[in-house]
Amino acid sequence: MNFLLILLSVILVNNMVLSRFLGICPFLGVSKKVETALGMSIAVTFVMALASVMSWLVQTFLLVPLGIEYMQTIAFILVIAGLVQFVEMVIKKTSPTLYQALGVYLPLITTNCAVLGIAILSIQSNFNLLETLVNGIGGGLSFTLAIVLFAGVRERLETAPIPKALEGFPIAMIAASLFSIAFLGFQGLIK
Amino acid sequence: MSLYKDFSNGIIKENPVLRLVLGTCPTLAVTTAVFNGIGMGIAATAVLIGSNLIISLIKKMVPNEVRIPIYVIVIASFVTAVQMLIKAYSPELDNQLGIFIPLIVVNCIILARAESFAAKNPPLNSIMDGIGMGLGFTLALVIISTFREVLGAGTFFGMQLFGAGFKPALIMILPPGGFLVFGLTIAAVNKITAGKKA
Repeated sequence: MNFLLILLSVILVNNMVLSRFLGICPFLGVSKKVETALGMSIAVTFVMALASVMSWLVQTFLLVPLGIEYMQTIAFILVIAGLVQFVEMVIKKTSPTLYQALGVYLPLITTNCAVLGIAILSIQSNFNLLETLVNGIGGGLSFTLAIVLFAGVRERLETAPIPKALEGFPIAMIAASLFSIAFLGFQGLIK
Repeated sequence: MSLYKDFSNGIIKENPVLRLVLGTCPTLAVTTAVFNGIGMGIAATAVLIGSNLIISLIKKMVPNEVRIPIYVIVIASFVTAVQMLIKAYSPELDNQLGIFIPLIVVNCIILARAESFAAKNPPLNSIMDGIGMGLGFTLALVIISTFREVLGAGTFFGMQLFGAGFKPALIMILPPGGFLVFGLTIAAVNKITAGKKA
């Protein structure tokens, strides 16, 4: 039940992208086509779940016993950068097809603030290891939901008649604003 | 002359938020009030100046293959220092910005300037670029947060602006308002600069 609550909260009520503003850069950058959006979000979900667990382990077994919690930011970003590099190498060796599909997105994930964000949020909420894992996966799904839906809208925007000054980025922001209003509707779902 | 150019470049011509569209996450998240916008702007500027200076100094020693991780460590160190300063001197700001202080590490403006400017230019120019870009970022945050705070809360910098009868449009300080104001601000900048060229 608890896990279900965490999932619902991170996917719908506090959607990573639309109400917490995490991961806006890739949200706008790779949401031009549904296909690439899907590829990116699979890679992000994967790294996010791994990164949350790894940073939880680092926090609990390294930073807290040594009393150096203030090193959190540096430690976590190193964990994420290392992890992304590692995942890239493993995928390259084991599955060239998957690498072809995800390869370009992997380096971008290091600077995706949603990954670092969800790791820090899990620590701040005092989650245990399993809850952290669920939160990480939920964060990935929440990113996936937002970006894939949004890519669908943007594909339509390509052909719509838009005033010149609003073309490209501004109209995407306005569309995102409407999306965000829709997600406000989930606000009362969890008390 | 060229120092001044490096400085002024970031404020309007290559404003990181409004022209280059970098650093969108903090821009949207912290602009609910002018106070937060300025706080975030100053914090990011401090990190930007520090990281630009250090990266410009060590650029010859850093092997090309591992430069990004090294830049990230430099940036993360400055962020940690800034985070501790804010916690010590302004707990209120720390409370307001919350998770977005550690997230300055992944603010793309800072890494982008390290990679595209500080790694190629001498220290003094890099500092000027850091100050200019930082001010540009702060300026954009102040513009957006002014619109959002005035419309969404009826206040400016915490001061009540209108009479008691004014009903603020709450939606402006909620997430949708952030997207909307940001989009419209960029559209306005596009419009103005397009008119200049013609």
